[in-house]
Amino acid sequence: MFSDDDWSAIRLSLLVASIAALCVMPFAVAAAALLARRRFPGKGLFDALVHLPLVLPPVVTGWLLLILLGRNGAFGRPLARCCGIVFAFHWTGAALAAAVMAFPLAVRAVRLSLEAVDPRLEAAARSLGAPPLWAFATVTLPLAASGLLAGLVIAFAKAIGEFGATITFVANIPGRTRTIASAIYTHTQAPGGDAAAWRLTWVSVAIAVAALAGSEALARRVGRRG
Amino acid sequence: MIAFDLSIRKGDFALVARARALGPALAVCGPSGAGKTSLLDAIAGLDPAARGRVEVDGVVLQDDEAGVNLPAHRRRIGYVFQDARLFPHLGVAGNLRYGARFAPAGEEPTLDFVVDLLGLRPLLARRTRDLSGGERQRVAIGRALMTAPRLLLLDEALAAQDDGRRRDILAHVATLRDALRRPIVFVSHRAEDVRAVATDVATVVEGRLDGATSVQPS
Repeated sequence: MFSDDDWSAIRLSLLVASIAALCVMPFAVAAAALLARRRFPGKGLFDALVHLPLVLPPVVTGWLLLILLGRNGAFGRPLARCCGIVFAFHWTGAALAAAVMAFPLAVRAVRLSLEAVDPRLEAAARSLGAPPLWAFATVTLPLAASGLLAGLVIAFAKAIGEFGATITFVANIPGRTRTIASAIYTHTQAPGGDAAAWRLTWVSVAIAVAALAGSEALARRVGRRG
Repeated sequence: MIAFDLSIRKGDFALVARARALGPALAVCGPSGAGKTSLLDAIAGLDPAARGRVEVDGVVLQDDEAGVNLPAHRRRIGYVFQDARLFPHLGVAGNLRYGARFAPAGEEPTLDFVVDLLGLRPLLARRTRDLSGGERQRVAIGRALMTAPRLLLLDEALAAQDDGRRRDILAHVATLRDALRRPIVFVSHRAEDVRAVATDVATVVEGRLDGATSVQPS
């Protein structure tokens, strides 16, 4: 039913979106914690910066990534030289582009849930001897678990659907950087590709529904605790 | 022994509090809104804007003139908040154990000791949301004791209790005062509570707390 290229696109999309969603969460939690709990000069600017990938055209984000992290980019070249880390035209680049695009959405979800946790509980934890980071990790984070989960799911969903930044940054190489979204795009560009595009569309729907159902089940388990 | 000399400022609110308690149990009295809780926050290190000096049993926790200001988590002050602030995601046992890992090695009380002292055995397996107000306070006291604090702060720990429960907690506080040999600072506006437990009394009047008076606990 699926061609080899389609199968590899499905596998790659699942891999890219999972890695992107998992890797973006620590950064999203850190940014959300800063925005929810701290006052500092330049906070408005920081907030705007966090939201930038949400409002920029995705192709601009992808192009900026290419400039910065391409093979000859300001960061791309030293990264490749010193640590052998390559993003451009590589699946890791697709994951990075998806993570960057998912970042503002994850931050929003996490921030809302952090703001809903009473900061006085963290003060209580500190009075019991917990260093600030420990207090945050053992009191605030568990109480914001449903928001973290929501952030993870929205990041995964965004990453699965990400197209513009990905195709700009890592192109559309079958078996290497072609995700479901770029595979559908390819099919729609080819004569007689409608059937294949439809099949991958159904796959996208199935993944989205599975992710939502999985997060619902997890959220219920989290909610039952305590 | 506890001594403090603090200046607290929050917007329009200002409090200057200076006292040295000779006995182990200092009662802080005064009308509501006078700043009693703000004083406890400052002693606990939870108010970053508080300036001055705090000393407990010869250990200086804060002395801004000398550049000393321990953060809350290094002051080893057990603070029982007016609203208990139990962690809702941990059960009673989890709350009690939370701070034990931060107690200095060799000084940490056993869970059994604290549980028996405060009569918490029947509550151990319960979730915090199923506790009554009085039970929450007792768990909060136990949670603070598990950190082997050098000072215990009780903020209106008795206010929400019925008479029987109040007498009960008062008895516990008196036990703490005598059994743990840790100084206690407690906020209360009931004269009989003060009489029952306090060895020293200080009153906040119009933004000032000036010295403590020794009293004989009954």
